[in-house]
Amino acid sequence: MSETIHNADNQTGPHSAITGASILLDKVTKRYPGQQKAAVDGLTMEIPAGKIVMLVGPSGCGKTTTLKMINRLIEPTEGRIVLDEDDVTDIDGDALRRRIGYVIQAGGLFPHMTVATNIGIVPKMLGWSKEKIAARVDELLELVSLDPAVYRHRFPKELSGGQQQRIGVARALAADPPVLLMDEPFGAVDPITRQRLQDELLNIQEELQKTIVCVTHDFDEAVKLGDWIAIFTEGAQLVQYDTPERILADPANEFVENFIGSGAGLKQLTLTRVNEVNLADAVVASVGDLGSDVLSRLDEAGHNHAVVVDERRRPIQWLTRRQLTRLDRVSDDVDAKLPVVGDRATLNDALDTMLVSSAGAALVTGRRDTFLGVIDVETVMDAITRAHKHAMTAHSDGRPVGINTGTLDTVGTSGAATVGERPGG
Amino acid sequence: MLEFLGDRSGQILFSSWQHLSLVVQCLILATVLSVVIAALVYRSSALTSIANSVSAVGLTIPSFALIGLLIAPFGFGVTPAVIVVTFFAALPILRNAVVGLTGIDRAVIESARGIGMSRFRTLVRVELPMAWPVILAGIRVSAQMVMGIAAITAYALGPGLGGFIFSGLSRLGGANSLESVITGVVAVIILALILDLLLVGLGRITTPRGIRV
Repeated sequence: MSETIHNADNQTGPHSAITGASILLDKVTKRYPGQQKAAVDGLTMEIPAGKIVMLVGPSGCGKTTTLKMINRLIEPTEGRIVLDEDDVTDIDGDALRRRIGYVIQAGGLFPHMTVATNIGIVPKMLGWSKEKIAARVDELLELVSLDPAVYRHRFPKELSGGQQQRIGVARALAADPPVLLMDEPFGAVDPITRQRLQDELLNIQEELQKTIVCVTHDFDEAVKLGDWIAIFTEGAQLVQYDTPERILADPANEFVENFIGSGAGLKQLTLTRVNEVNLADAVVASVGDLGSDVLSRLDEAGHNHAVVVDERRRPIQWLTRRQLTRLDRVSDDVDAKLPVVGDRATLNDALDTMLVSSAGAALVTGRRDTFLGVIDVETVMDAITRAHKHAMTAHSDGRPVGINTGTLDTVGTSGAATVGERPGG
Repeated sequence: MLEFLGDRSGQILFSSWQHLSLVVQCLILATVLSVVIAALVYRSSALTSIANSVSAVGLTIPSFALIGLLIAPFGFGVTPAVIVVTFFAALPILRNAVVGLTGIDRAVIESARGIGMSRFRTLVRVELPMAWPVILAGIRVSAQMVMGIAAITAYALGPGLGGFIFSGLSRLGGANSLESVITGVVAVIILALILDLLLVGLGRITTPRGIRV
């Protein structure tokens, strides 16, 4: 059952190695006394090393119970939990949890301890020296983009919600655990902060390659963060366990369809980044060019807009034919409302930007804001179609195992699945 | 009055010191007992409500009656005094300790357990420090209350300022009797104020900045 652990290697980024461990839940069941139905019933699930696996489902479906059984905060009634070939079902729970990072909503920070003490608490329990802990705390604060000198001695109540959440992640990573469990980590922050924290988590993951298991009820979050998504219904019945692309393109049943909600095509836009699609060329003009010259170049290329760049090739204006005919020479004014997206933005972000621009397209900039090209609605539509086709035709190697014993029919029908080919995955 | 004070200044100071010492030592003992009991009961809602009932009912027992009852098994002197003062001191502290421990955000405890702290370590490193301001508020209430109760223990010939009050009352109308009572009462009040100030200071020092209100 561990083939996929080795398969996972060929999906690793070029610059860093996987530091995560694989997790195997083997026929795990949780029954609470006095309840007839099991909260989790015979769940077998494989979580590949170095991947982000999102557990999603409606509330009360047992996804949080499943998560907490991995670090045995909730002891399974039956079944085994295997961490990197290592059966941890019967070892000391506290020792196990020190090897597994744990992040909850709003960070769960200890209000009576400073940020540094909070982060250093697991290393301290593991008996690290003071100097080593202090150095580690600073390193982690840097990792979550907080200035150690400013935040080290603050108390949780002196931080914003987003900052508390960052410290929560830093604390979970303190002893460099191979596995990180997150329970609705971004549920308590506002949407803008949430988006930023998600991006940050992806950056951290790109660097560290931990195995992350994350519970959420927000399907969009699952699509954005997950290499793999596990969709549960009541009793932790695993309905579909697949890549976001596959789930969007080919939902296993009606429940999944409803759960995805409307606009599955639109959701695929968050899976692709601007630098993965072909950008259209544009007529580029420099400050001081003759208006008539630029116009004739537009005629030649058959375009209607010309992009004006400054001496460092940053776009400053986007002129129509009509604007150009009125100009003698191109000025060096900077248009503050220029529709610009970075090349790391998702197609979703790009679409947002181009819909508010008068040209129905957006300018793409790369490193140091230099102009790369133009992205328009057709490009985005092409990308959706291609992603869809790709997901439908891709082969099934490397899909991790996920079944409920006795309920194979709900899962087995989804047929062939794809290898995750997520950007930066 | 001044003459009375002047003549007996040594005795007054000695008794005051004994009074304060009795109260402080009993408070420490009561705090330890209450926190241990609270730590044992706070996880069970049944035991918690028993503890709360005990602390509520216990306070209705007249202290004078209790000390009288204790003279039979323990005789006169320090022992019944310590028992009575500690008993009454423990009740408000127990109540507050239970409230403080049960009032902690579940999420904080869950995250403590989730990062690998044992139950005992969670109690000592997270729950008790977070409940400490509430427990300390209980200690302050207790301190005020048992200052007066400690005076009553003089009935069983316990140490402290109660002697002035009882001897004055027993021969009311006699020479210096009123002075004796007033001295005892005022000294108890002054001691209570001093102790309260000390406890406020203790709170300042021992409450981490992160949970100071």
